[in-house]
Amino acid sequence: MAAPTQTPPDLQQRSFEEPRRRALREAAIRYALLAATSTGIVVLGILLYRVFSDGLTYLDFGFLVSLPSRIDPDSAGVSPGLTGTLSLMLIVALGSFPIGIGAALYLEEFAPKNRVTALIETNISNLAGVPSVVYGLLGAGLFVGILDIGRSLLAGGVTLILLILPVIIVTSREAIKAVPNELREGGLGLGATRWQTTQKLVLPQALPGMITGAILGLSRAIGEAAPILVVGATSARFRNNSPLDLFDQFSALPINIYNYTFDPDPVFTQLAASAIIVLLGALLLMNGIAIYFRNRASRGNA
Amino acid sequence: MSPGDTPADEQGTTVDQDTTRTEAAPAPARPDAQSTRAPQRDLRDQPIDREVVDPVFELRGVSVYYGDFLAVRDVELAIPRNEITALIGPSGCGKSTLLRTLNRMHDLTPGARVEGAIEYHGHNVYAPDVDPVEVRRRIGMVFQKPNPFPKSIFENVMFGARINGFKGDADALVEKSLRRAALWDEVKDKLHESGLSLSGGQQQRLCIARAIAVEPDVILMDEPCSALDPIATLKIEDLMRDLRDEYSIVIVTHNMQQAARVSDRTAFLSLDVKEDGVRTGVVVEYDTTDHIFTQASDERTEGYITGRFG
Amino acid sequence: MAPSVTAAIHTSDAPESHVAATAPAPDQNPLRRRSARLGERAIIGVLFLCGAVSVVTTVAIVGVLANETIPFFQQIPLSDFFLDTVWQPFGIPGNEGFRLGVWALVTGTAHVTVIGLLVAIPLGLGAATYLSEYASPRVRGTLKPILEILAGIPTVVLGFFALTTVSPFLREVLGTDVVDLFNSFSGGLVVGVMLIPTVASVSEDAMSAVPQSLREAGYGLGASRSRVARSVVFPSALSGIVAAVILAMSRAVGETMIVALSVGSRPNVTWDVFSQNQTMTGYIAQSVGGEAARGSFQYTALFAVGALLFVLTLALNLIASAFVGRYRQAY
Repeated sequence: MAAPTQTPPDLQQRSFEEPRRRALREAAIRYALLAATSTGIVVLGILLYRVFSDGLTYLDFGFLVSLPSRIDPDSAGVSPGLTGTLSLMLIVALGSFPIGIGAALYLEEFAPKNRVTALIETNISNLAGVPSVVYGLLGAGLFVGILDIGRSLLAGGVTLILLILPVIIVTSREAIKAVPNELREGGLGLGATRWQTTQKLVLPQALPGMITGAILGLSRAIGEAAPILVVGATSARFRNNSPLDLFDQFSALPINIYNYTFDPDPVFTQLAASAIIVLLGALLLMNGIAIYFRNRASRGNA
Repeated sequence: MSPGDTPADEQGTTVDQDTTRTEAAPAPARPDAQSTRAPQRDLRDQPIDREVVDPVFELRGVSVYYGDFLAVRDVELAIPRNEITALIGPSGCGKSTLLRTLNRMHDLTPGARVEGAIEYHGHNVYAPDVDPVEVRRRIGMVFQKPNPFPKSIFENVMFGARINGFKGDADALVEKSLRRAALWDEVKDKLHESGLSLSGGQQQRLCIARAIAVEPDVILMDEPCSALDPIATLKIEDLMRDLRDEYSIVIVTHNMQQAARVSDRTAFLSLDVKEDGVRTGVVVEYDTTDHIFTQASDERTEGYITGRFG
Repeated sequence: MAPSVTAAIHTSDAPESHVAATAPAPDQNPLRRRSARLGERAIIGVLFLCGAVSVVTTVAIVGVLANETIPFFQQIPLSDFFLDTVWQPFGIPGNEGFRLGVWALVTGTAHVTVIGLLVAIPLGLGAATYLSEYASPRVRGTLKPILEILAGIPTVVLGFFALTTVSPFLREVLGTDVVDLFNSFSGGLVVGVMLIPTVASVSEDAMSAVPQSLREAGYGLGASRSRVARSVVFPSALSGIVAAVILAMSRAVGETMIVALSVGSRPNVTWDVFSQNQTMTGYIAQSVGGEAARGSFQYTALFAVGALLFVLTLALNLIASAFVGRYRQAY
């Protein structure tokens, strides 16, 4: 706005704000909002700085393969946690991907629009909002308790599967919805059955999006500590038994982090930070893979 | 009017007193055509009977509901074999809706309901023991917007045949179908490129080839040229006339000149508006194309043809 | 549908040879179902079962919680549970020093939730407004992914941050006599930071759903950007913003790791947010390793608290989705 000009007499009655003051006010608001947006980012930066400055001291390859130690920080490691996390990831992937994708296909392609379907859909949205610690109670009560499979890797894995299933279903449904209807009409018009159309036309088209969503769901699962803590993940050091022994005690990276953090000894704070770096590294890797798949999806549909 | 009048009719319209008819007549852009205003019947010497003696479809009292909304009402039609039958009319009068009843595409629309009898070679298409998949294997469909699959040209053509259990020589079938669809020469060197890499008109011919590969009896076309440029449109119209010898074709078009150019028989649909404002599609008139375009019996038909509305 | 009627005009039934090779006998209906397609039906059945897993999960959760909670309330009167203000589940009921008033735990949760919302709502809404109304697409493309990274940080890492960085910082600034090492304020702050992406993204969704034409009407009348945001966009997006807040509340109530690490293990009904406390979720997480053997009373107490948690978050989520439904419908 230019410098104030002569206002005609009838407009002088109105209380228009002086242009310069208004411009200043607007700029102030804009910067305040930008500051608000940046606060979270700044805090993130401080956190990462703290983690890396603490954690690099004891982080070496040995860290990944040694057992936790209360005595000697130099030789302490997260081996049980790392192998536990890897085993859990495997179980969760094998369990949640097929069931989640299957449920999404059913709901999008085959489910009739009736009460049962609506019930299933409401159910899934509700489950997505249940706190993760309640899933832990489910695992403890049902798997460890009633079904008596012990505080085992299997119990922890299945609990995590149930936890991320709603996420996988929702992202898979989005991927399926994104497939244009003309594709389905084209297939059906040629005399394909619904499953043939789904299997040969819809699924290949939706698959990259589904995989992206599934990997993101998986990355959420490996960061979760509460449910497996309640189910009985342990941080005790134990001899390296087979990482895939389903019925044996298990550990996980988040559990290691939890326990190291609680220890008042500041050295263990650093060890906790090292474990965090490992965890964040794993997450970065998984998200990178997911983004790779997402890009392949958009390229393939050119 | 006797069947023998057909050749004379081509000239007859020029001396018709109602000069407003001239707008209705088509003006094909092909340089080699004689400048006629009525459609050419190319290989047909004998005129078509007004009476349908060899129907591939018989529709009796057919109504289509979307939920409670009655979209199309009380249709009575006999669609002949080996002819091109056009459904024309203003937007929203139920042409596509009617077309889709023929191959049970409304099964996919929740809330859609078809009443009345639709018989294909004498068999009720909607009988409880009828498999819609079998229906669609015999009655193929080409859509308004070309929709080739994101696969190679070869895969596109073979898709329908493969899911129907075809075990023979794939290369031969692909070549035959692409030739029949007048596309072979343009794509024979790039069969393994994506179907999406073709132009709009080529994509639509690919969709036709794909439909032909299943060896249907009938081909339904829902405004197949509306997304295409005029040159591509003409190619497809030529193709349609070619295909008529082997298949029965039913085409929906909002371009009545196209109907006049291409079809043997035309059904004119329009909206019937009741006092309460409820609109329902009805078939106003159904006759040979010549008749519809020159001597329509119903004044609504004539009004549409002459451009008074629609 | 009309029953099958053989037409008077009977054309040849057997489709001509150019139809698919399997031509049926002339008097058979060629359209009849060729095969039972059992394989296909089986596959669809399996897919249905996958969908049913979610229903089974819900039933299991309710069942497991009820299984332990019902005997719990047979021993402990509801009035004690909800009205007593001391939580000391040691020993057996009836013993001295055994008190099970859940308010002590609820206080901890309430502290964390309120402080968290006080942080997340202004910052989250501010971020949403900036991203939706002010930021250029390039800036938005840079800032949004960073916020998503924040959303992806595991809560145990945030808990580490709360205990090792935020708490000591507060103790330095406000004095160690004011601020305990474990306190609900630190937990609340970090929970708030965790919730910023949630509030921001749901609110931004709601704001983006407001049609551009409404904004243009405002600008056309000479309103400034902040005025348009305040008077045009906010009211239109209100249901979505309310949904975002309620959703954030629900997540704050259910958050476990941040509070387990930073709030402490001494539940207490108090207004002092700088003192040690314990939340419902923290109680569950911290008790499992301990003496809570199966079948013991402490074990059942865990499930009782879990049941309360489940009911609370479910109620909040249902309210939030009602609001989401309203803003989605409006456009």
